[in-house]
Amino acid sequence: MSANFQDRDLVLPGDVLFDGRIRTGENTYRSQEKVYATRLGLVNYSPDNVSVTALSTGYVPLVGDVVIGEVVDMDLGEWRIDIGAQDQAVMGIPDAVDRPFRTDYVMTRVLDIGDTLIAKIVDFDRRRTPVLSILGPGLGKVYDGFIVHITPSKIPRLIGKKGSMINMIIKETGCRVAIGQNGRVLISGPNREREAMVVKVINKIELEAHTSGLTNRTQEFLRKLKEISK
Amino acid sequence: MSKKPIAKKTTARKPAGRPRKPKVDSWKRADGRAFDELRTLKIESGVLPNADGSAYIEMGRNKILAGVFGPREMHPKHNAKPNEAVLRCRYHMAPFSVDPRRSPAPSRRDQEISMVMRSALEPAVFLERYPRASIDVYIEVLEADGGTRCASINAAAVALVDAGIPMRDLVAACAVGKIEDKLILDLGDYEDKKGQSDMPVAYMPKLGKVTLLQMDGEMTPEEAESALNLAIEGCKKVYEVQREALKKKYGIDQPQDKPQDLPPAEPEEEPKKEEES
Amino acid sequence: MSKNNIVSHLKQKKISEVLSTGKRMDGRAFGEFRELTIKRNVLYKSEGSAEVWLGKTHIMVGVKVGTGTPFEDTPNEGVLMTNAEFTPIANAAWEPGPPKEDSIELARVVDRGLRSAEVLNTSELNIISGKLVNIVFVDLYVLNYDGNLIDACSAGAIAALMGAKKPVYNVVEKEAKPTGEKVPLTVRKKPVAISVIKIGDNFILDPTADEEDVMDARLTITFEENGGICTIQKSGSDGLTVDEIKKCINMAQEKAPQIRAKAIGD
Repeated sequence: MSANFQDRDLVLPGDVLFDGRIRTGENTYRSQEKVYATRLGLVNYSPDNVSVTALSTGYVPLVGDVVIGEVVDMDLGEWRIDIGAQDQAVMGIPDAVDRPFRTDYVMTRVLDIGDTLIAKIVDFDRRRTPVLSILGPGLGKVYDGFIVHITPSKIPRLIGKKGSMINMIIKETGCRVAIGQNGRVLISGPNREREAMVVKVINKIELEAHTSGLTNRTQEFLRKLKEISK
Repeated sequence: MSKKPIAKKTTARKPAGRPRKPKVDSWKRADGRAFDELRTLKIESGVLPNADGSAYIEMGRNKILAGVFGPREMHPKHNAKPNEAVLRCRYHMAPFSVDPRRSPAPSRRDQEISMVMRSALEPAVFLERYPRASIDVYIEVLEADGGTRCASINAAAVALVDAGIPMRDLVAACAVGKIEDKLILDLGDYEDKKGQSDMPVAYMPKLGKVTLLQMDGEMTPEEAESALNLAIEGCKKVYEVQREALKKKYGIDQPQDKPQDLPPAEPEEEPKKEEES
Repeated sequence: MSKNNIVSHLKQKKISEVLSTGKRMDGRAFGEFRELTIKRNVLYKSEGSAEVWLGKTHIMVGVKVGTGTPFEDTPNEGVLMTNAEFTPIANAAWEPGPPKEDSIELARVVDRGLRSAEVLNTSELNIISGKLVNIVFVDLYVLNYDGNLIDACSAGAIAALMGAKKPVYNVVEKEAKPTGEKVPLTVRKKPVAISVIKIGDNFILDPTADEEDVMDARLTITFEENGGICTIQKSGSDGLTVDEIKKCINMAQEKAPQIRAKAIGD
């Protein structure tokens, strides 16, 4: 029974992470008493578990995720929404309208094709399509701002422990920032300069998410940007 | 009068219509390589901004780009599979990649290579994770110089990992040929055209499984076995370069702030076990 | 041309808002180009080639010089053929298949620029009158799409042609044999295309893909070195007034020498 790497080593698909029996976490698979990595990432060993934190991966929808998406189609009481996952998500009128409505309800009153929205994944239907709802605080159609993309697996880094990173960014720039678990970030700020700072920070986190000391470095980075812009 | 050195005689029968052996006095390869030496090989990952995953390869004088999109919704929907993703490969050559210029329309050879690439890569991909989706691998050959199908598979495998598609292993490919009855690794264009046989092989290095095996020409069963082993050695060498290409994006490159924003940050130490701040 | 063929209202709104403050989303001025890099002779199998990066737009131009029969009405003249390929690796929404109208427009506009300015000396491409001439193929290969393909391809085509060589033939008794020698292709003029796009009441140069998604109209003007115009193309769903057209021509004309300098490799 042995770990073949050190904790937080960079591993590739096919690398044998562990010989023997152990609980397997994300981005691994077991075959014949060996545990392999399935994605490029950093291996995590704990006494009873081995997993890989993927550095580059598409978005895997989970119930409870708040996501930012765009309406790409509508038909028969349902909107189809692109959330950057392998399947487009769906949302029915009951999940968008909080009161009784008639069968001939005009859907475009709420959302039209091309609209952007913040929604929550509330379910998966029998074909494993994510089902969204915009009923709830902070959810609904987006009227202002623009979207920047970041690899979904780096979202936790952008949020930080107990929101430390994102709260610091909001405080330093004065921008409103909404984060979708699907790797989309909505930014709206007092002026272009401040908005551009947030974009630079997000790009920095994208490149350096796997390093330590990032929150402090990012704060320094932001402060220097603010000095330069004066 | 001293005898001039003569070409090594061969006992194998040449099939009719094959080009004659070039007259050389030893079996030194045209470019001076050893029999088991690869051409220069360079791979970069993450080179195309719009693709989900990508890679660029120079193998000898081949220059090939691979772009991966997916997993994404399959169009047309009726071609989707209910319990797994469909891996679609498209091998395509730029009109200027060969001499003389070729039409941009796909040829039968393009379609055959597309199919063969798919069966070389499929065993490595966890298709069952993404029912009804498609994973699209697009190859564009900018310059061709022999062995494009192997180079394409090498680039495609790196692009798939770059895209974050879950895989059982990488896939590395290399071809072995026979010229003047010698088995040689990684044929160049000249060798490809003048040789007696050509065996491209793709291999999953950690799992030890062959996913592509083709042969054209003439080989005895013993030669075929030796050729396969030689090809696998070549695949292992290619695999090392693929690993470096993927790691380079994250491991070796230290986070540096661009000069116009900040003075360069000090190089980071290796990330330790400590909690993120 | 957008990533999934649906234009985001949010994006449209934001871009217009930012433009009305005199800025662009990426901080550029209206008449400013992104970073343009052109490398020549990057492919050894092509008689000429150029690799172009304009921001994130990435193009490979290949020039091949082959032989063929001339057209009946021009028996002593070589032939120029321009082709554009929207490769599926360049954009998530581009599926493989027959050429889309945008790629045909791209090839045609670049082609007309080269033809109208008479960049190539087609008589020089004659080998045996009425029987054999050089055919110069210019292939515009889009590797990554982030807007402004026409300008990037036009500059790339000039760069590729300037570095291109053609084989020399020896004509003996109505048979042409290549001597193995190569001579540079004569490039008489260096026209470059500059496209101006209109978003609302704003006119900008070198649009990104996002900006092209929300554009109302585009005017592409190809200029020769002496400032003369050899090609014009208007596209897009909105109309332009005569004053607006004049404004576009002025904006584009100011920029042409700078782009040409990059194409010819100063």
